[in-house]
Amino acid sequence: MEECGFSEIERDILKEVVGLYAIPEGAYNFRINGKSVSRKSSANIDVDIVDGGLEIHIKPGTKNESVHIPVILSKTGLKETVRNTFYIGDNTDVCIIAGCGIFNCGSSDSVHNGVHTLYVGKNSRVKYFEKHYGMGQGRGAKSLNPITKVYAQENSFVEMDLEQIKGVDSTKRETYSELKDRAKLVINERLMTHGRQTAESVIETKLLGKESTVDIISRAVAQDVSKQSFKSVIVGKNKCRGHSECDAIIMDKAMVLAVPSLDAQSVDAELIHEAAIGKIAGEQITKLMTLGLTQTEAESKIINGFLK
Amino acid sequence: MLETKNLSFSVEEGGKRKSILKDISLVFDNNQFVVITGPNGSGKSTFVKCLMGIVAPSKGKILFDGEDITSLDITNRAKNGISFSFQQPVKIKGIKVRDLLEIAGAEKPAAFLEMVGLSPEEYLEREISGSLSGGELKRIEIASVLARNSKVMIFDEPEAGIDLWSFNDLVNVFKKAKKNHTLIIISHQERIIKIADRVIVFEDGKVKHIITPDEFIKGVK
Repeated sequence: MEECGFSEIERDILKEVVGLYAIPEGAYNFRINGKSVSRKSSANIDVDIVDGGLEIHIKPGTKNESVHIPVILSKTGLKETVRNTFYIGDNTDVCIIAGCGIFNCGSSDSVHNGVHTLYVGKNSRVKYFEKHYGMGQGRGAKSLNPITKVYAQENSFVEMDLEQIKGVDSTKRETYSELKDRAKLVINERLMTHGRQTAESVIETKLLGKESTVDIISRAVAQDVSKQSFKSVIVGKNKCRGHSECDAIIMDKAMVLAVPSLDAQSVDAELIHEAAIGKIAGEQITKLMTLGLTQTEAESKIINGFLK
Repeated sequence: MLETKNLSFSVEEGGKRKSILKDISLVFDNNQFVVITGPNGSGKSTFVKCLMGIVAPSKGKILFDGEDITSLDITNRAKNGISFSFQQPVKIKGIKVRDLLEIAGAEKPAAFLEMVGLSPEEYLEREISGSLSGGELKRIEIASVLARNSKVMIFDEPEAGIDLWSFNDLVNVFKKAKKNHTLIIISHQERIIKIADRVIVFEDGKVKHIITPDEFIKGVK
């Protein structure tokens, strides 16, 4: 890894959203305050800028390569919409590390709307990470609104880790996907809101192909007076399997709404939804207190474990 | 030494006051192994929960090594050297067996799983969730208390949900632990009662007998 000229704040955000201190190996694009400040293609992964967004082409057969595309907003009042499109060839095995961090210490609102579209080729395996993070004590709000669309071809496998743990005042995340024959999608979503934050998540999956499967696991914690809503829609149009599980811990005066929706349009569609919302059980806190933790320590252990 | 002085506990039920514990004064000497037994509803669980601070007594005092701990919370009693194994172990989604044992203070969590007859390879990284059977949860619960290595260890019906094979292990665990810990165990099992120093029989919220295991087995029940 080579060192790079990021500011301290930018480095802190990079560490949070993509786990990096410096420029990574492989292909990447770093977008800071609306501009691509550093970009590199690799032999198998082309990273181009088209209409202000990224077009990323991953050659068929590319294995064990990654592309990092972190976004940082550190100027107050910046509002942007960015469209990035990924064309992932057949028979690949790649990792996409997205993620956005906002630092807002001013009084104007900062907003990032990221639209990612992934065309995943046949027999390909894609791991997609997206972590959202906000910091800075300014009065200006920090908003992140990602829309992610996945079109998975036959026999492909896509795993998505979507995480927003701290500092984002409002978010509306939409994740749409369409799966062809034997394509498999796994979505792990982790969401925590506190203060007056609001978060809304819609995950809609269309199981078009035979033997296509989706597994959605959402875990959420809502603290203080924050509000969350989670809507999962699984449409089964063929012999397919869909499972979604939404677990939420509600605390203080927070509100959580979970709306499951299963839409079977084939007699061979097997769709399951599980949803549970509840406070931390008193017995769980008591147990950890008997092991020497204070009540506050016990609560944070339970929450951190739950969101891990 | 753990001591209770005139410990009482009552609850409001249907507009009437119901006594669960009536004026209980007991002394648990250091490194003593005491079994508390008696019929269901006789106040055994409530009594040991008072010792851990899970239930606050309505009247009376609890002294630990001469210090009045009646107003101490659970955390501080745990830090002072009291630990507690629940009759019904809780499940905590996202917390692994390893995490629990490490929170309890285990430097080598694997060793405590082996003590309760569970293979560390198979169990250390598992979540304490519904995927574990009642018996497995119970053994993990006991391991978490052993990992505390505290001066006083309280077990509320440790045998409940434990199969026969691991029951032998359990008896051996208590035999070892009694050498340098004070053990207070609620049990109905003769094999556990046999290895105790003293048996305290509760009835109707009161201490009915304080006897030896032999006397208990011979029929003072």
